[in-house]
Amino acid sequence: MELTPQEYQQLVQKHVKPSPLGKDMLWAFVVGGGICVLGQGILDFWKAAGLNEKDAATATSITLIGLSALLTGLHLYEKLAKYAGAGTLVPITGFSNSVASPALEFKSEGFVLGTAAKMFTIAGPVIVYGISASIVYGIILVILGAL
Amino acid sequence: MQYIYAFITGGIICALSQILIDKTKLTPARILTSYVVLGVILAAIGVYKPLVDWAGAGATVPLLGFGYTLAEGVKTAVSDSGLLGALTGGAKAAAGGISAAVFFGLLTALLFKPADKS
Repeated sequence: MELTPQEYQQLVQKHVKPSPLGKDMLWAFVVGGGICVLGQGILDFWKAAGLNEKDAATATSITLIGLSALLTGLHLYEKLAKYAGAGTLVPITGFSNSVASPALEFKSEGFVLGTAAKMFTIAGPVIVYGISASIVYGIILVILGAL
Repeated sequence: MQYIYAFITGGIICALSQILIDKTKLTPARILTSYVVLGVILAAIGVYKPLVDWAGAGATVPLLGFGYTLAEGVKTAVSDSGLLGALTGGAKAAAGGISAAVFFGLLTALLFKPADKS
């Protein structure tokens, strides 16, 4: 059977599964929201423990990062991520996972060029552009302050 | 109420990000990098702080909040020590998160076994 590209396109469209975007978004919403609620609970815990606003926020990030690294080591974070998508990527636990996961998986290439080098595959760019953006903002503030 | 606001805000940020994953070819590295820079910009123009005040961890836990932390750190450091603060403020504010990610990442590699490559 001879098909023009247009006919082929129509045929493919008919058989392709409906986009799972809605389902993916629901998963991301529930899991991402859930991680934030967990974060709020941890934040309130550190505040109740007597930390000031700023220290409690830092302690909360550290706690979430530690939990995520542990779940990554147990290979549970990637299982959740399969369903949750952005829900597990976008929270700071996803940042931690992006460090811990290659650190563990590239252990076979050694602790220097494997673990230590590969842990920055995603975190490296995040730190480079995050810090640089903050410096640009700082310089703008200095210039505005001098005017 | 804080918990509901945190759930809704964090959930919406993640659900919108899912559109980027499904509908564009952006890699996770690009999405996370963009979010941190976007967080710095949103904090700089003053729109992120009100969201943090309202949503708490719903705004600080997503990586946009990491950018917000960088920007707030720089702002404080510049008012304390001027141009020097522009260079030190961001890294200082982010130190806890970066150090924790690095150290716990190393611990994970030391303590656990990689996944089976089967």
